[in-house]
Amino acid sequence: MLAIRKAWGVEPETVWHKDRISPSTDLVVLPGGFSYGDYLRAGSIARFSPVMKSVVEFAGAGGAVLGICNGFQILLEARLLPGAMMRNRGMHFVCKWVNLRVERDDLPWTAYAKRILRVPIAHATGNYFIDPDGLQRLKANRQIVFRYCDETGSTADHCNPNGSVEAIAGICNEAGNVLGMMPHPERAVDADLGSEDGMDFWLGVKQALQGRRAGVARP
Amino acid sequence: MIRAHITVSLKEDVMDPQGKAVHEALASLGHGTVTRVRVGRYFDVTLDEGDVEAARAKLRDMCEALLANTVIERYDIRLEALTTARTGPVANGGGS
Repeated sequence: MLAIRKAWGVEPETVWHKDRISPSTDLVVLPGGFSYGDYLRAGSIARFSPVMKSVVEFAGAGGAVLGICNGFQILLEARLLPGAMMRNRGMHFVCKWVNLRVERDDLPWTAYAKRILRVPIAHATGNYFIDPDGLQRLKANRQIVFRYCDETGSTADHCNPNGSVEAIAGICNEAGNVLGMMPHPERAVDADLGSEDGMDFWLGVKQALQGRRAGVARP
Repeated sequence: MIRAHITVSLKEDVMDPQGKAVHEALASLGHGTVTRVRVGRYFDVTLDEGDVEAARAKLRDMCEALLANTVIERYDIRLEALTTARTGPVANGGGS
């Protein structure tokens, strides 16, 4: 990914879906896309790819896993994150810039100063759903990481591009090591192309992971 | 051989904008007496199985794992035995 190359100065390794994730991996990214053409339900078939077995083990051992867009959908279908994605409320594929309010500052995913990020979204199935009890648990465990908002950070309904419950754009698991988000931080790393706020995200993640490698306690 | 007719539908408390779009389209075609539309999915699955209960158990597994997202959907399985001696529906059942 260009973003990783630009922010970290390393070439990420692409792992074939029939291979295994090495346990010594720093970060596993399930990127966006249209796995299996979004057939049946987005991510519903990819979640059974052979590689997912090692991803689940890796996550269970505390490894950092990031799912972006289709990656988030796969994490939900694989039950690594709670809830489900539905078709956007307005029934359109939405492709536009949004603002995200960062709801927590104590995760590797949010270890940077900016509290509002400008990033793009491009999805037809981004309407996050969870039942009322599940939503209570998300809040109690502080699992809501990003919400759609305006430039001032207000999460009024007109800022919600897809109808997600409580304007949720990204969540983590209880332990905080697995993050799923519908927006694309990897598409916001160039000011000429609209926003560099994604660099804050990637540099923050890098710093947190380096701290982890050096023996700093896991979140 | 057993043929299963599986319908997967949204749970009641889940919003269905697709159903709403279809409802509005029907209204614009003049069908003003429609009060609600919900859109689901249908699967036609044939199994090389003789035992109905074994087939039903497998189909339930298929629904739980793949055919339905049980967070937002429920499923209904209707079985049909496909043999020359015994054709026709067998006892049905749904789930989730």
